[in-house]
Amino acid sequence: MSGRLKSGGAIDRDEVLRFHFDDREYFGHPGDTLASALLANGVRLMGRSFKYHRPRGLLAAGAEEPNALVRLRSGRAAEPNLRATMVELYDGLVAESQNRWPTLRFDVGEVNSLFAPLFPAGFYYKTFMWPASAWKHYEWAIRRFAGLGRAPEPGDPDVYEHRHAHCDVLVIGGGPAGLAAARRATRAGARVILVDEGAAFGGSLRGNGQAIDDAPGLDWVADVVADIEAAADAVALPRTTAIGYHDHNYVTLLERVGDHLPRPESGQPRRRLWKVRARRVVLATGAIERPMVLADNDRPGVMLASAVQSYLNRQAVKVGERVAITTNNDSAYDVAVQLKAAGVAVPALIDLREEVAPALAERLAAQGIELLLARAVVQVHGKYGVKGVDVMRLAPDGERVSGEVRRLDCDALAMSGGWNPTVHLFSQSGGRLAFDETLGAFLPGTGGQPAAVVGAAAGRFDLAACLADGDAAGLAALEAAGITRKGRMPQGPAAEASTAGTPPRNLWQVPTGPGKAATAKRFVDLQNDVTASDLALAAREGYRSIEHVKRYTTTGMGTDQGKTSNVNALGIVAGTLGQEISAVGTTTFRPPYTPATFGAIAGRHTGLNLDPIRRTPMQAWHEAHGAVFEPVGQWLRPRYYPRAGEDMAAAVNREVKATRTSLGLLDATTLGKIDIQGQDAAEFLNRIYTNGWKRLGVGRCRYGLMLHEDGMVFDDGVTARLGENHFHMTTTSGNAGAVLSWLESWLQTEWPELRVYCNSVTEQSAVAGVSGPNARLLMESLGGDLDFSPEAFPFMTWQDGTLAGLPARVFRVSFTGELSYEINVAASLGTALWETLMRAGAAWDITPFGTEAMHVLRAEVGFIIVGQETDGTVTPIDLGLEAMVSGAKDFIGKRSLARADTARGNRRQLVGLLPEDPYLVVPEGAQIVERAGMAPPVPMIGHVTSSYFSPNLGQAFAMALVEGGGARHGETVQVCWDGRSAPAKLCPPKFLDPDGSRARA
Amino acid sequence: MLLITCPWCGVREEHEFACGGEAHIVRPLDSHTLDDAEWADYVFMRRNPKGVQYERWVHNDGCRRWFNMARHTVSHEILAIYKVGEPKPEFEG
Amino acid sequence: MLDAHLRLSSLAHLGLAARSIEEAGDAGIALGEVPRRVALTLRGDGEDAAFLDAVGRALGTAPPLTANTVASLEDVVILWLGPDEWLVNAPAAREDALQALRSALGDLHHAVADVTESRTVLRLSGASARDLLAQGCSLDFHPSVFQPGMCAGSHLALTHVTIHQIAEDPVYEIHVHRSFADYLWRWLEAASEPYGLAVVTG
Repeated sequence: MSGRLKSGGAIDRDEVLRFHFDDREYFGHPGDTLASALLANGVRLMGRSFKYHRPRGLLAAGAEEPNALVRLRSGRAAEPNLRATMVELYDGLVAESQNRWPTLRFDVGEVNSLFAPLFPAGFYYKTFMWPASAWKHYEWAIRRFAGLGRAPEPGDPDVYEHRHAHCDVLVIGGGPAGLAAARRATRAGARVILVDEGAAFGGSLRGNGQAIDDAPGLDWVADVVADIEAAADAVALPRTTAIGYHDHNYVTLLERVGDHLPRPESGQPRRRLWKVRARRVVLATGAIERPMVLADNDRPGVMLASAVQSYLNRQAVKVGERVAITTNNDSAYDVAVQLKAAGVAVPALIDLREEVAPALAERLAAQGIELLLARAVVQVHGKYGVKGVDVMRLAPDGERVSGEVRRLDCDALAMSGGWNPTVHLFSQSGGRLAFDETLGAFLPGTGGQPAAVVGAAAGRFDLAACLADGDAAGLAALEAAGITRKGRMPQGPAAEASTAGTPPRNLWQVPTGPGKAATAKRFVDLQNDVTASDLALAAREGYRSIEHVKRYTTTGMGTDQGKTSNVNALGIVAGTLGQEISAVGTTTFRPPYTPATFGAIAGRHTGLNLDPIRRTPMQAWHEAHGAVFEPVGQWLRPRYYPRAGEDMAAAVNREVKATRTSLGLLDATTLGKIDIQGQDAAEFLNRIYTNGWKRLGVGRCRYGLMLHEDGMVFDDGVTARLGENHFHMTTTSGNAGAVLSWLESWLQTEWPELRVYCNSVTEQSAVAGVSGPNARLLMESLGGDLDFSPEAFPFMTWQDGTLAGLPARVFRVSFTGELSYEINVAASLGTALWETLMRAGAAWDITPFGTEAMHVLRAEVGFIIVGQETDGTVTPIDLGLEAMVSGAKDFIGKRSLARADTARGNRRQLVGLLPEDPYLVVPEGAQIVERAGMAPPVPMIGHVTSSYFSPNLGQAFAMALVEGGGARHGETVQVCWDGRSAPAKLCPPKFLDPDGSRARA
Repeated sequence: MLLITCPWCGVREEHEFACGGEAHIVRPLDSHTLDDAEWADYVFMRRNPKGVQYERWVHNDGCRRWFNMARHTVSHEILAIYKVGEPKPEFEG
Repeated sequence: MLDAHLRLSSLAHLGLAARSIEEAGDAGIALGEVPRRVALTLRGDGEDAAFLDAVGRALGTAPPLTANTVASLEDVVILWLGPDEWLVNAPAAREDALQALRSALGDLHHAVADVTESRTVLRLSGASARDLLAQGCSLDFHPSVFQPGMCAGSHLALTHVTIHQIAEDPVYEIHVHRSFADYLWRWLEAASEPYGLAVVTG
């Protein structure tokens, strides 16, 4: 039985924390994790396995835990798949187990275990993927029984923060090596960030009792951390995991700011995502112990020896009363001695090796612990907890076990299959790994970025070596950062060097024992229920690449990404293939090192701040007058202004009708505006636009089309000549930035000889568009110095003047096909102008209209919208705008218009479309075919680009791109969408006022 | 995420920049004399090397200047950054 | 003469004046919208002595040629935006600056564009100002790197800004395009929550 010791550990016994796990109440102390507190309460069963729903307990004490995944908190604040080993206990904590139904102890899914022979590697691929169409039915059932936690309800109440940081040295890992590096760099005045994923710094020093500089190791840890905290430019971040090592020393850190508290402190985020640029990185990420692959090694109570030690020393929790230990290396000997000293019985230490250093054997003998050399555990007994283990002699070649089966009674098994340096971040940085045959592990090799790997992460496990390593890395970082040493350098920390040990015996799977043990499962990847025989099967079935084996068997996937399983899996695959591990290689290590929640990744970019909402100067007026908005680029533009009782169709019809018959008002501020100056400005426009600009008179405006070099329409708009060398270009609302970049790229990289400057003035002006047959009357009523008579102020000209006391620039241009004026005033005067127009326009029942009415109005007269009638595959010829294309000059995209594909006659061309049912508004994007009832495959000959109801025509109408459509006016085609279809007649894409006389009135 | 030294503004994060594709592609002045294949070569065809790539970048959030970069497409090492009009440095690979 | 009350700042709809206090007090962040000032985009050849002379004659100070720095004379400030681009800031009363520049530059290759209405300026100060900026901006604001008299174009949250440090304390001016000002204000207000926010305008 597991439980709490009376003394020891870094916990505060005076304070009691109450918590719930699966509706039962338990008690723990500050310093506990959820995992240690459950163990202290005698709870071992913490989860069910992924595929077979086998009962599972803790394997580990740290980030590598594969089994004990829990759901924390509830409702909108709930969070699934948290490792109980990384959850710090707080008062009132509520957790529940996952992947079980209805309860952890009685789990219906366990029947999967009975069918285990049916679940070999690749089972899903083999069984459920055929026929492919049936997958959607299987998937529902599979997801229910094979899976991780449930997603929380929407609406996370917590906030998350991002933070950029810059430093000379980022030290990842606060164990002895990392601390030594941080200490050295901090004392020299460098900008240092030190992070550790644990709640406290110290790493392996937290509980192993080793001394540094002749004092307790933890005293040295406290001194170093205090130094960092006192330094102006250094910071020590506990509870912070480096999750990604990206290009150019860009490292992402996930700080758990409020996770250890019942709720984050007021104003504080739950988590903070750091984005660090470091001149140098010191990777002091330590090592992770490997389990041993042996029969039923997944039973609750079978744990890593380092985890047994951690629970004992950090939280004073014994994992059992009688703990057997099996190992292939020296590190577990300390664990045996410490357990014994804490009053835990250790029936035997079972070592795979034929011999060990006499000093080690003597240490056990002195404690009365039996040492069994050249032996292996071949079977674990017990289902919900360990009841004993079977031990047999291991042959020298490691291929067989023999002799008598000796049963040892125990209630826990601590195992150490060797150590894997935590090379994930080094690998992410682009560094190559090298397999070390002696350690049986991958070590950091060559390459990567400006970083040093130190201590256990580099395969050096001796404390003195770790300290020396870290100190040297700190010095090297100072040198790289160009920080000169001031005064006398302090000595590096020192510790007693340990004596030479015996190398580990690397055996990737323990041979199967007799009887039941011969067929028992020997798990390699506990989280994904992958066994040694699954891997061997995959290799036999022909999978050679380790990346393929991973995907076929799922080994190394899931939330732990194979932290405890990868090297064992490689060893087994290599063995089956008869290759060296170094030849098989590893799967790719990718960020994140441990899972990051979407909340942390989103930071404060949520809700209204998901993306910037751009506001025009009149936005508050629109809001106050009930506008319904739609996004246009990042702008939120009024789509329509419904009156009481109106739906969208009624409001849009009213706005369209009012503008066509009297007077409408549009907020046109969002149009992109670019100021173009310089003696070559006209020549520049000639090259950018398809039509000619040199002869445009000052005071006049012209519509222009821009193409990309492939001949496809990219943007359009009206540009005015303000002076001989000065133009005012307008662009579509969503494309303003792209057009300016486009202009700059040509000026800077291709035509630097042109003397032209382009500047964005989009935001300088508020623009109100007045449109309708009464527009001139309104303008004349405002009072000012401008003459609006057709002779004094003709179509496609502009004038500066004063309107109702406001300095204004007025463009007489039209996008609605009606008599229109676009009034530009200083942005800060936008509301004043708008309110003036609303007051003065009341005489003609002025009607504010939104983008929807604007779209109807312009479509009625056949004006295109770039991005609606065009999609990057449409030329000016396709749009019927041949007249816009100059034959006399070169311009961007011109040559492409003569390419065989762009010049062919049956391209999709812009047409009008009148549905036979006059009230049927076909959906935009609907496909067009020749006629109804064709046998498949039916060729698609076009699609609908714009579609509306016109209150002026009294019927629905649309624009479409149809193959060869320009020559097919009068023919009938079939429009298809969502299983429906309807006939429609092709016509010219102009439905009202084809000669444009209304705009020129 | 690259760390890019803008020739004018200094060291900045990649997200301040935009990449404009392969550099040193000169627009033909006599486009009307080119056949379709030659023109398509200029418009569409680009190198995609495993190795050193010469590309155009623009510092959108800073000085709005275009410049050229020689970058290794595997290691993402930036071998050179040079202004428009400066000679193209030669690198192996 | 135009009635100044007709003018609305880009944050007028937030009613900041009513929330404004004179002293930041315990708040870690003080933030406010700076009153309207003249702003001009100035383009020209920084290597052309005639251009530099002309600007100097018109404004009293030549444009800075060192990247990311400002030049100023009394209340006229010229921010370096690029090798051929500067932002001229002057008090609202200096509406003559535009004409002065245009006259002085004459036929020299140049461009001046009035962007007075295009941007607004937020003034940020307080003990936590650097922490706040670090939440949304990748520039390094460490005093050894970014100092009074320096400016830089970059991103803050999800919008383009030009940030100018005007005092050691530190005090920053954040130039933001008008249509993004509401977004940036709300983002800054939310991000200030850990430190406490005092609205200081005027």
